[in-house]
Amino acid sequence: MAVELLKGNVALAEAAIRAGVEAYFGYPITPQTELLEHMAKRMPELGRAFIQAESELASINMVYGAACAGARAMTSSSSPGISLMQEGFSYIAGSEVPAVVVDVMRGGPGLGNIQPSQSDYFQVTRSAGHGDYHAIVLAPASVQEAIDLMVLAFDLADKYRHLVFVVADGLLGQMMEPAELPPMRPLRSERPDWALTGARGREPRIITSLELDAPALEEVNKRLQAKLRVIEEHEQRYAEQMVEDARLVVVGYGTAGRIAQTAVKQARREGMKVGLFRPISLWPFPERRLSRLADRVDAFLVVEMNAGQMLDDVKLAAGGQVPVDFYGRMGGMVPVPEEIYQAIEGLYAKLPGSLS
Amino acid sequence: MVAAETVIEEQVVYARPESLRDVPTHYCPGCTHGIAHRLVAEVLDELGVRSRTIGVSPVGCAVFAYKYFNTDGCEAAHGRAPAMATGIKRVNPSAVVFTYQGDGDLAAIGTAEIIHVASRGENITTIFINNAIYGMTGGQMAPTTLPGQYTKSSPGGRDVELTGFPMRMAELLGTMPGAAYVTRRSLHNVKEINKAKKAIRTAFKVQLAGLGFAMVELLSACPTNWGLSVPEAIQWIEDVMVPYYPLGDTKVADGVDALMKER
Amino acid sequence: MHEEIIFAGFGGQGVLFAGQLLAYTALEEGKHVTWIPSYGPEMRGGTANCTVVVSDEPIGSPVCMHPSIAVVFNNPSLEKYEPLVKPGGLLVVNQSLMVTPPARTDLEIVLIPATEAATEMGQVRVANMILFGALLARQPIVRVETVLAVLQDKLGARKAHLHQVNKAALERGLALAHAQPVK
Repeated sequence: MAVELLKGNVALAEAAIRAGVEAYFGYPITPQTELLEHMAKRMPELGRAFIQAESELASINMVYGAACAGARAMTSSSSPGISLMQEGFSYIAGSEVPAVVVDVMRGGPGLGNIQPSQSDYFQVTRSAGHGDYHAIVLAPASVQEAIDLMVLAFDLADKYRHLVFVVADGLLGQMMEPAELPPMRPLRSERPDWALTGARGREPRIITSLELDAPALEEVNKRLQAKLRVIEEHEQRYAEQMVEDARLVVVGYGTAGRIAQTAVKQARREGMKVGLFRPISLWPFPERRLSRLADRVDAFLVVEMNAGQMLDDVKLAAGGQVPVDFYGRMGGMVPVPEEIYQAIEGLYAKLPGSLS
Repeated sequence: MVAAETVIEEQVVYARPESLRDVPTHYCPGCTHGIAHRLVAEVLDELGVRSRTIGVSPVGCAVFAYKYFNTDGCEAAHGRAPAMATGIKRVNPSAVVFTYQGDGDLAAIGTAEIIHVASRGENITTIFINNAIYGMTGGQMAPTTLPGQYTKSSPGGRDVELTGFPMRMAELLGTMPGAAYVTRRSLHNVKEINKAKKAIRTAFKVQLAGLGFAMVELLSACPTNWGLSVPEAIQWIEDVMVPYYPLGDTKVADGVDALMKER
Repeated sequence: MHEEIIFAGFGGQGVLFAGQLLAYTALEEGKHVTWIPSYGPEMRGGTANCTVVVSDEPIGSPVCMHPSIAVVFNNPSLEKYEPLVKPGGLLVVNQSLMVTPPARTDLEIVLIPATEAATEMGQVRVANMILFGALLARQPIVRVETVLAVLQDKLGARKAHLHQVNKAALERGLALAHAQPVK
């Protein structure tokens, strides 16, 4: 494979294909539409399933069906469409079937706009449907990472029989950057041993999220929670730079984390001891590492393209040990490194022992 | 002396189809879901497809249909059975996939899904139970509730000025180019039940022949929520429902005729 | 080397393509590069913009407040980006659509009558290549030969007939810029 200049949305789509997605169901919505368009072309030519559904609601329920049949299935959308899929997310999680969803986030609330945003953080990490569960949420910051996490998403979905999100934003979806696609994996030759394939020579299999008996449903929940604890234990992912001696650590994910990196480097050039912590898994949130950092830094600065959502998780990880400040832009506005630098400079000046 | 013994060989004239499990159902006395289940199961047996069938259950009274059919099965979100069945069928084209849906599921919350599954000519079979009421939630107005019909959410009788008119889904879906076979039958007497079975058989054969979407709407009784005795309920289907919901085929695409004629 | 370049103009002027051509060429030369369309703080109204970052180092932010180079295809873009270019940066202006000449004295400014020159060449749509050529004349971020090779590759067999006019336009831009004294 060679490095090529790839648009984020197209890279996500092709990575899913290389990872062995057998069925894609989606509905056009800016700024993720190139993903659907790539699938529309590629999936049929590979003899795989593609449907442009009548709604996001239908898309996610088609994914649910294909997942029950044991196929690697996915959909993609952007924030308003993700809201509409909430019902399906819950059924998928409750039935414990694997599924992958890409959310190329845009400005809200409501119809909002089509500019980049990270305001679905709560939606994907906290409230992706009713009931007690979390989806696994992966947040790339570059086109290459989008490709790598897309492949990982399918593997994690299968491994845990769970719902996995890859969350990008409009900027990453539209950005072109050099990246390398993985080789094409052969499709699985057999469906998993829980899948609905027809009860030939065996007892019928049932996939349902319905359990009217409360004690039994509590047991189902306990099992689900136990699985989530295992995921929390094994799947916390992050990247960090210059944190070894940092007094101030900037925390940002995806595009915001990447833009913050430029500001952090500038702060270093100006002599400030600043580092960058970039969560890659938003759920499970990489709280273990972050709470260790909280033991020795003087403050965190959270940078997001929203009003402060991951901020809650950073505060929980910091456990009240150090101040957690916030800088965010909303409504599709993308911060530039200069403004993040100013936020760093302002907070750094207030750290204990600073001259100001 | 007369011979004391005459040995009569036992002859099975009626048995549970293999495609139905040997479990009691939760349906109320006089409910026609049991008949509909049995007809579907008999057809699956007769066509020899039980072991490659995947059923999609609805939300509504038939929510536990997957417990009764002796096939692989799953439970859809309310109204989404056609979308779920689409996903299953597209990744497993050799499976026989059917949805079993009530009127709230198919004609209210799942209207978009059923219209588009028909529009795409998705190669699945839908069994549509129309009993003109929401059964599971305890007798509220359905999209198929008849004008003037009393329900818990139309306590003065359905007022079409306020709530609109009952939807004739077989007629509506019969207009879709992707639908191969759409028909309405009734379960209110033996003759109609036999016709219903024939229609269900055709609907599954349409799928096996790959001709496209097939739906059998079945006029059904809900004595409990209609507030009628079982005989009254059966009579009500004939007297009130059938005139509004005429029985017969609304779509027979090319190639379906031949399937209907063969035994 | 780390350059942040904004291409800005009307939709249909080949603004995004000029940026992409730079991005593809930079990749071909082994540089780090990002290309983003119409996003970031410069996003206003119905104009077509793209930001290209080319660097010898891995790129953090793909957006910038103060580009080191701006290539403005029309007057609204000139008005918007002239104040934003970094001091000491380069401003390439399509003189054909300029209303008021740029006033800043801390920039290297090159005025190119790109639309007129392209029209003279019989293909108004190659004004983007003329401006790109002028940019490369003043700031050789990538080599012209690599641009031409990438262009040929991107045009493919179906549009191979367009290679000659694009090549000519790029060279015209180079010549026009070289002919102008550096201010």
